[in-house]
Amino acid sequence: MATSEAGHSADQHAGDALGHDHDHPDYLAHHFDTPEQQFDSGKLGMWLFLVTEVLFFSGMFCAYAIFRAWRPEVFEGCSQFLNTKLGAINTGVLLFSSFTMAWAVRASQLEEHKKTAALIATTLCCAMVFLGVKAVEYSHKWAMGLLPAGLFSYDENNPHPPGPNWLLYICMPFIVITIGVFLWMVISRATKAKFQFQCAKPLFFVCLSFFGGVYLGTVLEPKVEDHAVHASADGHADAAEHAEGDSHAEGTAGAAGADEGEHTEEAHGAAPAEEETEKPVIELGSVVPKSGSMVDTSRDLEIQRKLASVEANSAVRDELNALERQDMKASGAITYHQTDDTSNTIAGSEEDVMRRSRAGVFFSIYYCMTGVHAIHILAGIGVLVWLLVRSLRKDFNRNYYGPVDYVGLYWHLVDLIWIYLFPLMYLIR
Amino acid sequence: MSAHEGSKEGYDFAHPLPLSLLFGVFLALTALTVITVAQASFDLGSFDIVVVMFIATIKACLVMGIFMHLAWDKPFNILTFVGSFVFVALFIVTTLYDSRATSQDSIPVTNDIVAGPSPEMES
Repeated sequence: MATSEAGHSADQHAGDALGHDHDHPDYLAHHFDTPEQQFDSGKLGMWLFLVTEVLFFSGMFCAYAIFRAWRPEVFEGCSQFLNTKLGAINTGVLLFSSFTMAWAVRASQLEEHKKTAALIATTLCCAMVFLGVKAVEYSHKWAMGLLPAGLFSYDENNPHPPGPNWLLYICMPFIVITIGVFLWMVISRATKAKFQFQCAKPLFFVCLSFFGGVYLGTVLEPKVEDHAVHASADGHADAAEHAEGDSHAEGTAGAAGADEGEHTEEAHGAAPAEEETEKPVIELGSVVPKSGSMVDTSRDLEIQRKLASVEANSAVRDELNALERQDMKASGAITYHQTDDTSNTIAGSEEDVMRRSRAGVFFSIYYCMTGVHAIHILAGIGVLVWLLVRSLRKDFNRNYYGPVDYVGLYWHLVDLIWIYLFPLMYLIR
Repeated sequence: MSAHEGSKEGYDFAHPLPLSLLFGVFLALTALTVITVAQASFDLGSFDIVVVMFIATIKACLVMGIFMHLAWDKPFNILTFVGSFVFVALFIVTTLYDSRATSQDSIPVTNDIVAGPSPEMES
């Protein structure tokens, strides 16, 4: 034992205040018989903590599942605003950090102190790159008004309104920390505080890697995202405008509306169908009187009935059905025990996509899930820094590597959550 | 390992995983990520979510089993952790059934501005 204990300067886990009158190593807390018992107890505690973490995140996954079951088209529409490339890169970065973390556990078990510290520092760097890319993603969305419900202010016609430089605001605390760590490094070097310098050096690179992540994000964001978002935004704008124009003509929607109905079905998943739907809008504008649904519609209704009798025109049939239901309701008929399809109109189906409240709820879920995940990354960075300092102090050996293992478990769980989060958020068509 | 300190009970319990295994798992995870991203460009219809979740679950099993050492862990730890997913499934499935009872969300949209005057058809 003596060899592995020799290098340990401090021993906060050894309960040294009570004095060492018995012959157990200083990393072994006195209420444990053996290091294995100590390790197993800690590990059980960690697993129980991870269980609470899983259950905690399941609440948000549940919210996601319910809202997606209600409004799949909102998810398809809003997911277009998320940059798959950045998400995929972040996934890769997180997987790599998981790998280096697992390797760090191995290195600490083999008492390769230098390697352990280097691998923990690498894990930290990856965590920072992840946050850097995330900062670019968030700031880009905030600038576009893609915010949670209530704040959501995205305007299709003006997707990039002038506003504050959010990225700079997010970077601010990291800049302060980087300068602080740099000063610490310089001072510890000057005062020849060897151990402090040893700690500050990797931490400085960890801080710098945040800006590496920001750079990576900004390089990839404008070219890819701008194009993609403009394309889809235009699609949404047209679809939404179209829904607008159409709903004025509700009830009077005649041949033109029916024509559009066919397209609505196709355009349900893929929003950019503007070329096809452009024409009916113009027709509607000129044909339909401004006064809307109170106009006598008997003739148009007749046309619509005929169109609805064709098997393929299911959207028109739904529309007609909805109009009849609305009529029943309006005339005071009791419609219990009947499905509420009064809003199952062509306009109703299309307008679901980018309604502000609903899109806002998608982004509420998005920010909540990725934000809480990012908070977990921040907490992980906190414990990893603690781990880095301890590994530089050569605290860990083959009988005492518990802290590395436990933090590793936590880090893998954070990775695990991202594994599910990434496809669920970014990869919806 | 055991040669170092004799074989004192409760000591030298660590069994470091071979580096090749760890690296192999990392490569497998990366490959699966590439597959997930690639499949998003094919239209698989409603199987989409099933495929995505299947791949994610394979990845999760790799991370849990190897990176988190669950494959070599005590059965009680495995039971505890895997058990939590049973409760998650229970939670989500029952809540989803419940949400089916109300066919639509109740998010008010009538006052929304999209790209023009708001329609009065909703609700």
